[in-house]
Formats: sequence, structure tokens, C-alpha cells
Amino acid sequence: MKIGSVSRIQALLLRYLYVLRSSWPRIIEIAYWPTMQLIIWGFVSLHFGASQPEITASGILISVVLVWDSLFRSHVSYTLSFLEEMWSRNLGNLFVAPLRPWELMIALASISLIRTFIGMIPAALLAIPFFGVSVFDMGLPLIAFFFNLVFTGWAISQVVTGILIRYGLGAESLTWVIPFLIAPVSCIYYPLSTLPEWLQQVAHWIPTSYVFEGMRYLLLEGQWREDLLIKAFLLNCFYFTLGMSIFLFAFRSARKNGLLLQAGE
Amino acid sequence: MSLVLQTHRLSKIFGAVNAVSNLSIGLNKSSITAILGGNGAGKTTTLSMLLGLLLPSSGRIEIFGKDFISNRYPALSRMNFSSPYVDLPQRLTVRENLLVYAKLYGLRQPSASVDNMLQTFQLEEFSDRRLRKLSAGQKTRVSLAKALINKPELLLLDEPTASLDPETAGWVRKLLSDYQKEEGATILLASHDMKEVEQLCQKVILLRKGKLVEEGSPSELLTKYDRQTMEDVFLDVSKGVNQ
Repeated sequence: MKIGSVSRIQALLLRYLYVLRSSWPRIIEIAYWPTMQLIIWGFVSLHFGASQPEITASGILISVVLVWDSLFRSHVSYTLSFLEEMWSRNLGNLFVAPLRPWELMIALASISLIRTFIGMIPAALLAIPFFGVSVFDMGLPLIAFFFNLVFTGWAISQVVTGILIRYGLGAESLTWVIPFLIAPVSCIYYPLSTLPEWLQQVAHWIPTSYVFEGMRYLLLEGQWREDLLIKAFLLNCFYFTLGMSIFLFAFRSARKNGLLLQAGE
Repeated sequence: MSLVLQTHRLSKIFGAVNAVSNLSIGLNKSSITAILGGNGAGKTTTLSMLLGLLLPSSGRIEIFGKDFISNRYPALSRMNFSSPYVDLPQRLTVRENLLVYAKLYGLRQPSASVDNMLQTFQLEEFSDRRLRKLSAGQKTRVSLAKALINKPELLLLDEPTASLDPETAGWVRKLLSDYQKEEGATILLASHDMKEVEQLCQKVILLRKGKLVEEGSPSELLTKYDRQTMEDVFLDVSKGVNQ
């Protein structure tokens, strides 16, 4: 009569796709912000390019903006899908079904990936005719940069959803705030050496700093720094595991305190 | 008669409040039991623990003869639940909601199961309508359809006929009664409708301040309290008469 957990992951993914399909403004909104970011930074890049070409060489500014947005989009997409469950007071129904928390995580990560692609691909394509920058020129390393940032986004999401499940919708605004906590030490727009020594020490613990350093090496010096990507990946594995543990701990705490039935009220 | 669900000295403490205290109950296979009590008696807390949504402070729960607290998942696939305090996604249509849950419960023919539920609950004409556009009564029917989608052997219901008009409420009661008889299911329901309890239930569990104060069939309780209706019995128990 019953089949395995793949069916439960598919069921949740279907639920999130139904939500997405139910509202065309929602689909447009997903692509809207990355496109706006691209347009603004594209013109900033053109402006600086005229006087200080080293800042915008090889389309670096536009490329980092687009790639950084993949972290933000993946995190927001993951967390908003979880918030959908809280807004619709559906968590109680979900967790009386034989749904494991990790199955929910995989479903959220899957829809996050789909929404991130919907958001990023139009912006990345528009950058080619409008600003003459193609992130696709990076080739295979782009995939490594992209997935590392998406991975970081999911790790952040797990912490945020853990806080949401434990403290409720009052903590909703953290969805938008938390990713920017790591932005200054991610060295998105400037090299690591710009930071004061003590902040550089902090940045060494942030996976995104290695991604953007790696991108600069590739775009400005044509050098593929595998070591930086490996460090980013290992740190991501650590933070992802930590995020997952925090979510599971929060989930257990919510079960202990009877919060699953009240979520959303 | 075999027990489908059994609790042993089940307790839940929230800070200084004993929400449920040393509750030991059993549900016979293929029976309908009501769990009754005033506000704050511990009904929802008990149901939450029996669904795995709330961890007990102490005590044991056995469902289908297995420990439920340490491994609830095998039992959960054979159970289901409906409550007016939990919603289904409002942006999804009736059919989409039921299809998601059919797949979530791992049914092999989810579309056929959904069609069956739509027909059973007379929801066919609303099947492509979003939930938020339905009346409260129609939503309750969808919630019940979701609760029966996996043909649960153990069904927990919180106020199953709340917000239904008398005619529809009667129809739902008959449906639940038929389901219990045809499928041999075990049903535990929390209700404030004493007529419903008298009509449907073979057994009544009465709680007060988190403690079990009475247990028995409606007729036994009516005799014991020398009353004509379960409503009077309920009021006597709430006031502590005969305790």
C-alpha cells in the first residue's frame, strides 16, 4: 500500500510548485529582484568602468552581484516555502503524516533550487546583451561557485527555519536580515586584503569569502584556484551540518513545548 | 478485544501546569471513543501527544502494539487527524490539497484515491476551487476528506462537526459511523456536542484538569449519574458531582 520517502519529498515539492503556479505575480517577483540588481549594478559598473577600469575588468562587478544573489535567492526561497506552511497553519497536518524533518528539508532545498534558477537565469541572460557580461563564460567553475553559495544559503535557512519553528512568526524578519550578516566578510565587491587583519581572521571562517576570492582569481588573473573552492565546500559542509542540527534541535524543542499545532496563530 | 491505542501514566507538564496527569486509557479496535472535558481539561494536549506533535513529560504510548514515542513513523502512516485548529493550504485547490496528502501518505494510486474522496464527501463541484474560496462547512469536509485519504486504521478527530450545519453534521456523523463499521477503524474524537457523543460513541473518556475522571459507555454513565442526557452527565462531572 505504501511506498518510500521519495514519494513524500515529491508530494511536498508538488505542494510548493502548486503554490508557485497559483500566482503569476509571485513568479515575476522571483525574477524581478535579481533583474533590478543587475540593472543597477550594471550601470554602476559602466560608470566606474569609464574612470577606473580595474574595478570592473572582465565584468567582475556584475558577475559577483549575480553570483551573490544566488545565495540570497536560495535562502529566501527555502525560508519562504517554510513560512508558507506556517502562514497556512499546515505544520500540524504535515507532521501527523509520516513526514520526517529531513524529508521536509530536502523538499525545501529542491524548491529553493528551482526558484533560484527561475530568478537567476533571466538576469544572467539579460546581462549579456545589456552589459556585455556573460557569467556563463566562467564555464564549469561557475557551477562550483553557484552551488557553494546555494549550499551556504541552505545552511543559513536551516538556522532561520529552526528559529521560526521554535519562536514563531515573530522571528519572520530574520529571513531578510540574517544573510546580510555575512555579507561584509564575504568580500563580494572587494578583495579579502581590504579588510582589517582581525576581520580577515573572521572571513577565513566564512565559506563565501573563498568563493569570491576564487572568482576574482579566475576573472582577473585567469587562474582557477581549486584549493579555495575546496575550503569553501568543507566549511559549507560544517555549517550545513550545524544548521541541520540546529533545526532538528529546534524541531524537538517545538514538539516538547507544543508549538507545532500553534504555529501560525 | 485488542487495544489499538494504550497510554500508561501519560503526563505533560508545562512549567508549573500539569496539563495532563497520569492518564491511562485504552481504545478498543473498531470502536468510536469520545474524549470530553471543559476548556483546559487536557483534550487537545492529549490528542497532540497521541499524534506525536507533543512530547510527553512522562509515561508511555503504545499504538498498534508498538511504542509510539520512540518510533512514531510506522504508526503515523496508519493514522490520520482532522482539527478545525489546523488548516490546509488556502492557495491550493481542493484536488491539489488532497493529491498532496495522498502522495504524502504514499498511496499507490493517489489520483484515484482523491477522486474517491471527492465523491464520498460530495466535493466534486468544488474540486478545482481554491480552499480560501470555500465556506467554513466545505472546508471542514475537505479536512475530513484529507483525514480519510489514507484509510486510517486509527483516526483522531478534534470537533469533527464544528462549523457544519445540522444536516451536514448529521451526514458526517453517519459517514464516520459507516467508515468505522466498514473499515473496522478505531476513532477517537474530541467534541463538545453531547448529542453527537451519544449517537456515535461506544465509550466516553472524561477529563478534568488533566486527569481522567470518568470512563465508560454513554449508557453506563447515564445510569451512574442518573441523568437523561450526556450533557447533564458532562455538567455533573465538570462540577465534580459523584467524584
